[in-house]
Amino acid sequence: MSSKVEVYQTQEVKENLPLALWWRQTFAIFRTEAKKNIFNRRVFLLYWLALCPAMLLSLFCFLPVPEKSLSNVNFFNIVFAQVYEALTLRITIFFGCSWLFINLFRGELVDKSLHYYFLTPVRREIIVLGKYLAGLLTSMFLFVSGTAISLFMIYIPRGYKAGIQHFFDGPGLNNALAYLGISALACVGYGAVCLLLGTTFRNPTIPTVFFFGWEQINFLLPPILKKLSVIYYLQSLTPIRLPVGPYAIIAEPASAWIAIPGMFFLTLLVLFLACLQVRKLEINYGND
Amino acid sequence: MIVFENVSKFYGEILGVNKINLSISRGITSLVGPNGSGKTTIMNLMCGLLQPTQGSISVLGIRPNQPEKLFRKLGYCAQFDSFPRGITGRNFIQSYLEISGYSLSEATNLTNKALERVNLVEAADRKVDSYSKGMRQRIRLAQSIAHNPEVLILDEPLNGLDPMARAEVIALFQQLSNQGLYLILSSHILHEVDMMSDRVILIHNGYIVADGAVEGVRNEMQEHPLQIFIRCDRPSLLAAKVFQQDDVVEARLHKDRQGLFVRTVDANKFYSSFNKTVLEEKLKIESIYPVDDDLSAVYQYLIGSEGS
Repeated sequence: MSSKVEVYQTQEVKENLPLALWWRQTFAIFRTEAKKNIFNRRVFLLYWLALCPAMLLSLFCFLPVPEKSLSNVNFFNIVFAQVYEALTLRITIFFGCSWLFINLFRGELVDKSLHYYFLTPVRREIIVLGKYLAGLLTSMFLFVSGTAISLFMIYIPRGYKAGIQHFFDGPGLNNALAYLGISALACVGYGAVCLLLGTTFRNPTIPTVFFFGWEQINFLLPPILKKLSVIYYLQSLTPIRLPVGPYAIIAEPASAWIAIPGMFFLTLLVLFLACLQVRKLEINYGND
Repeated sequence: MIVFENVSKFYGEILGVNKINLSISRGITSLVGPNGSGKTTIMNLMCGLLQPTQGSISVLGIRPNQPEKLFRKLGYCAQFDSFPRGITGRNFIQSYLEISGYSLSEATNLTNKALERVNLVEAADRKVDSYSKGMRQRIRLAQSIAHNPEVLILDEPLNGLDPMARAEVIALFQQLSNQGLYLILSSHILHEVDMMSDRVILIHNGYIVADGAVEGVRNEMQEHPLQIFIRCDRPSLLAAKVFQQDDVVEARLHKDRQGLFVRTVDANKFYSSFNKTVLEEKLKIESIYPVDDDLSAVYQYLIGSEGS
């Protein structure tokens, strides 16, 4: 231990505008959390999860496909749309975001390290924002890339003319960008809800299963309740509409002008609730 | 001034602390009590990690629910021996300084100073997972003092430290106290803190049972020797050596003959002589810690004399 006595004054952070300080704090939290998320050994499972749809679609490289279908772009469009909605959106992104965003707070409570954040001169809302943005970066990196690889896997490897033409001379590129955007938006929405679950419930498994069920039975819900789900807005944006089944209650899909701001509004509302939860959050590891 | 006004905290139906009224001024104040008495609850309430069920708290005029103001002036070394995964000692301090809003150069500078103060410069770039318990304790201490707070709260800061590190940490606390800091620390061992404290607050079952200058408490302690358990490679030799010390009233081997119980009326004198003996005889010390039983006896004594 150093034996010399130094006189230290309590050092104030020289800052005139709190906005600038908040931005710096948010960025520092974002950087710390993003590093933790992307290079965490446990996140490798998420890498695999993100690649699942691409691996499934890569079977098209090896499985025999009727010559007729090869020249029929619609066949591939429909296959991709089905895999995207059933697997990528509802399973991969949902569970990936659940794991990632729930653990932003719950994981640190389990590791007993959250108190270090709460002992810094940072508003708890800033901690929520920084962590959320870091989760968003990680999930977008994983799942938007995963979607891009899936698109590549279904349209490109065989190099068939129709596919290439569809992509570069037809609506393929716009569709692809729409799917990438939907994946990003899914991370925004699912991320916010899962963050709220992680800050509200000591054991978020049951509420997550309930949320999963709510998203799955969305097609059975009356139109007003459909709007209280993430999947409603995401499905409204898909470039290819799939049949929803005989028991579905049909609702008018939201236009992009409503779906995208609606999604962001829902996200902001949920993040606001998460901030309220985190402000009330007590560090009592013995009970967590 | 740190002020508690009629503060109670309940965990559901379980009492944490009840009707605490306190005013803490500059200098070293020790909260002493057995495990579960409410020391950590009081400290966590002061830092806003817990919210009071009733009553109000202010630290230098700041409410604990204003972390953005409070933690510019307050540092807290909590008891939890846990760290973010895979972090090095240096990053542990620096990253939280950056999160606090310090620039990279300011954070680097403050980190280096804090590491120097706890003598961990050489181990700073190792992962905290590889640190000994004493080093982990010191890196947490460094993290809590890195931003030069005016109020420093330390929950069981001497836990896990060997006698040498313990002496160094106590010296550091005294330096900080001399600089005019508010230093609040907790311990379940009264002997451990009585020499350095200006004021001792004894807590039992969520209530303050004694509060005052340390002299009065210390006088009472002389009649209640502290029992220390030491596990080492040659306990018989150590027993013979320590028994020659004036302050030792009993030295008894443990039944497994791998350790020994020592009862001393002056813990500081004992530790000082003990260090010399260890060095002279080249003893390998596996562990050393005070045994709680004596504290219970002291509590019974104090509760009997000062309580109701």
